[in-house]
Amino acid sequence: MKPNDILLAAVTKIAVLIILTFSIDLFFSGHHNPGGGFIGGLGIASSLVLMYLTFGTEAVNKLIPVDFKTVAAIGVLIAVLTGAGSFLFDAPFLSQTYGYFELPILGKTELATALIFDTGVALAVIGSAVTIILSISEDR
Amino acid sequence: METVMSIIIGFFFAIGTYMILSKSLLRIILGTSVIGHAVNLLILTMGGLKTGGPPLLGLKSTSSFTDGLPQALILTAIVINFAVTGLFLVVAYRSYRVLGTDDMDQLRGNEDE
Amino acid sequence: MINLMILLPFFFAVLIPFLHRLFNNKLHIGWFILFMPAAIFTFLLQYIPITQAGDTWTSEMKWLPSFGFNFTAYVDGLSLLFGLLITGVGTLVILYSIFYMSRQREELHNFYVYLMLFMGAMLGVVFSDNVVVLYVFWELTSISSFLLIAYWYQRRKSRDGAQKSMLITIFGGLSMLAGLLLLSVITDTYSIREMITQVDSLQEHILFLPAMILILLGAFTKSAQFPFSLWLPDAMEAPTPISAYLHSATMVKAGIYLVARLTPVFGGDAVWFWTVSLVGIVTLLYGSWNAVRQKDLKALLAYSTISQLGLIMSLLGLGSAAIYFGYGDESKVYAIAIMAAVFHLVNHSTFKGSLFMVVGIIDHETGTRNLQRLGGLMSLMPISFTITMIGSFSMAGLPPFNGFLSKEMFFTGVVNASGMNIFEMETLGMIFPVVAWAASVLTFVYCMILVFKTFAGEHKPEMLSKPAHEPPIGMLIPPALLAMLVVLIFFFPNILAKYILDPAFISILPDYAAQGGLGKEISAWHGFNTELLMTIGVVLFGLILYKLLPKWTKIFNWYPQSMTFNNIYISSVELLETVSDDLTKKYMTGYTRDYLAYIFAFFIFIVGGSLWLFDGFTFDMSNNSPVSIYEAVMVIGMIIAALIALFSQHRLTSIIAVGALGYLVSILFVIFQAPDLALTQLVVETVTVALFLLCFYHLPEFRKEVSKVRFKFTNMLISAGVGLTVTLLALSANGTRLFETISGYFENSYALAGAKNIVNATLVDFRGLDTMIEVAVLCIAGLAVFTLIKVNVTGRGKK
Repeated sequence: MKPNDILLAAVTKIAVLIILTFSIDLFFSGHHNPGGGFIGGLGIASSLVLMYLTFGTEAVNKLIPVDFKTVAAIGVLIAVLTGAGSFLFDAPFLSQTYGYFELPILGKTELATALIFDTGVALAVIGSAVTIILSISEDR
Repeated sequence: METVMSIIIGFFFAIGTYMILSKSLLRIILGTSVIGHAVNLLILTMGGLKTGGPPLLGLKSTSSFTDGLPQALILTAIVINFAVTGLFLVVAYRSYRVLGTDDMDQLRGNEDE
Repeated sequence: MINLMILLPFFFAVLIPFLHRLFNNKLHIGWFILFMPAAIFTFLLQYIPITQAGDTWTSEMKWLPSFGFNFTAYVDGLSLLFGLLITGVGTLVILYSIFYMSRQREELHNFYVYLMLFMGAMLGVVFSDNVVVLYVFWELTSISSFLLIAYWYQRRKSRDGAQKSMLITIFGGLSMLAGLLLLSVITDTYSIREMITQVDSLQEHILFLPAMILILLGAFTKSAQFPFSLWLPDAMEAPTPISAYLHSATMVKAGIYLVARLTPVFGGDAVWFWTVSLVGIVTLLYGSWNAVRQKDLKALLAYSTISQLGLIMSLLGLGSAAIYFGYGDESKVYAIAIMAAVFHLVNHSTFKGSLFMVVGIIDHETGTRNLQRLGGLMSLMPISFTITMIGSFSMAGLPPFNGFLSKEMFFTGVVNASGMNIFEMETLGMIFPVVAWAASVLTFVYCMILVFKTFAGEHKPEMLSKPAHEPPIGMLIPPALLAMLVVLIFFFPNILAKYILDPAFISILPDYAAQGGLGKEISAWHGFNTELLMTIGVVLFGLILYKLLPKWTKIFNWYPQSMTFNNIYISSVELLETVSDDLTKKYMTGYTRDYLAYIFAFFIFIVGGSLWLFDGFTFDMSNNSPVSIYEAVMVIGMIIAALIALFSQHRLTSIIAVGALGYLVSILFVIFQAPDLALTQLVVETVTVALFLLCFYHLPEFRKEVSKVRFKFTNMLISAGVGLTVTLLALSANGTRLFETISGYFENSYALAGAKNIVNATLVDFRGLDTMIEVAVLCIAGLAVFTLIKVNVTGRGKK
């Protein structure tokens, strides 16, 4: 599809930036504040969909050469592997843990294995949502 | 508020059911959406409404929280609902393309009779 | 270790397809498998000293520990006896099958996979102490038997026979499961060993009798007892190695095993005594009576198997009286029946296994099993003839073969039982010796038919499709080995008794454990007593009947064909098919609306009905939170949106109305202190509306719903009913608190998961498994959508 609405394109450029920033922030803040993998993932997915709708599939594909089915599959794989990873530490399936680390720039930061799991969730959500929408919109 | 919510949830269920029982595929899918909303509200209402602040331990202002468990359940339900709606829509679309009708009365499996 | 040994055949079953692909062009894959049962056999031999000392061995493998289902392997005399039989005969059968099953023509991998499945399952049955695990293996034997009977699935008779065996044995298996579960309800354990320790309190329980009857149904169907025996003759459609293995030596003895295993639980009860022994003795007579009239060698052997199984069953029944008396001289006279049962079990496996194999040889080398075509093979197949003679004479109960010993013990058992003074045996006890003797005469007759109609008489080469000759040596070794055992056991019965039979005997009669067995030597000669006279009578009458065979067999034609159990079975299966077909057609209309209406009506009926029935409706507004002005506005807005969605005649309006409803719901989430939900709902609603708008472009405009008023009315009625039910449900849920809330636990999320957001902690940590599976579902939905759109499926409908 090749939409050529200038107004839409102009707005989208700004809007996508805002949505993406907001979504990524939501994703990382999920541990303590509202947000998390589902919401962050959906937000990113909606910004991607907006881009696809405005600039057309081909243009965006050149920009982001990713197959979103693979993204969904990788997401599920990450989620399962984080679960299975707990076997290495002789803990029940899907045990999560956390700790505090001194990181440069950020200072004392809490890192949790749950975040890896949440990344999997987010990737799966992004992949599935974009796949669903793209499949439908591309079929003419 | 709980009583009001109970009644309105029942109302949504009734509307959703009626839409599902109609003949047009699109109506049926919209009906499932309505029922989906009603179910989410039902779960939330059963957990008790407005019993405290949001379930965020970081907030200093409140000491009691609303029940976080139903919210987690609903969050799951919302996302799954989205996936299911997408699937329904595509099935409807595809069957319309292939079979040439979206009328449930003509979409019958049995060849005989 | 032993658990893994039992599971070894299953591992092999997995390997076989690969072996087949790699080697089938060069080598018969049976050679790979041959060593496996032999290895298990050798492995099991090391337990003989343990069981012989009266000890047992257990080893546990956790399966579902929280339900109490564990794979506990339990080795005692009885299970060891069966284990040795299964692997020993199994080795010989595989060796035999290597020559019987053609590498070029047959689908060998299927054959050996099924066979391995069976072997593992059968070992599982006899070594499991847990009744649920036992049941699982039990059904697995039925399934593998089904697959093996239907091995030549191109033949209609094979399929019918397989279906018949499946229906009957699975029916029995299910009722056995019910019985075993009842038993575990009574005793509060799944372990058979622990059940046996609770015998005293068991027999008064009200569920004792139902449990017993249900379990016996399982045992009788599996062991082809009358009137469930009708599946066994049809099971002969299986390849002969299978008939020799499953349908004579092992699987059909699973029922015997079960009865023997549970004798310590049920023995000493009058119902058990009468059911088991009467069913057994009737089966004995029925089987031998029908065997005489058969013209097909395998059918003859099938009926003879039925009759021999009946014999063992009746012995177990009669011997169970020994439990009533406990240990002592009084019980010893009845306990001998149990010993006879165990002994005959072994003997039957040896002689019947060899006979089946020889019949397979005859079939293989002459092309027929029909008695009317066979004859005069004695000089052409001398080795086969010798083996047949040994097997048949042993079955007929003649010396010097092992069948004579156990037959004599059988006579001792029934004669002793007729003198019993409990269970009203004083009046009815004479049935047993009389029926036993009559059945033995018939057994003698069909054994003679088997030997002499096949090997003696006139040779008719023109009736045979191939010139008769001896088979390759590999095919003769297994039956020859079994025939040698038949003779060896006759001369040295007490070695077998000491190491194998006595330990099995004390597992059935634990009262004798202190003595280490029956404490009685098995001997061929014990003077001119009743038993010997009975045997002599059998031989004399049998010879007369055999000579006069053409004269009296006409009476078989008197019995009306339509009255046989087989015909009753066939007509009932047909009836079941037509009735269920008619019934299904009545409600499966093909209209999705109808099915949905059923579902909703059922929902109203079940939920509303149980609310009403259990008086669940409570209405309590006291805990209600107040209604603020915002909420009131939201609610009114939602109602309007829903009504627009319902009544709009334009699809775009409907879609937007549903979208608006979704946004209002997300604002409601904000008011109800659920920020995560509000955010998610907002984004999802946006994407969903976009989705709808993308799709609606392709879908047609709403048509005016032109349907009958009656339809509309029912739809309205159902919808209103669903709405009302849900409202009532929600109100009652608010009005009652049955359980303490569990949300307090989740409020510890910071301490437990290091997260301050309770909802997120629940999703990724506490209920991580749910989320993981949800993500998988999401991914599957995405792939399904992609497939539906991209993959071009050509529908069969009109384009």
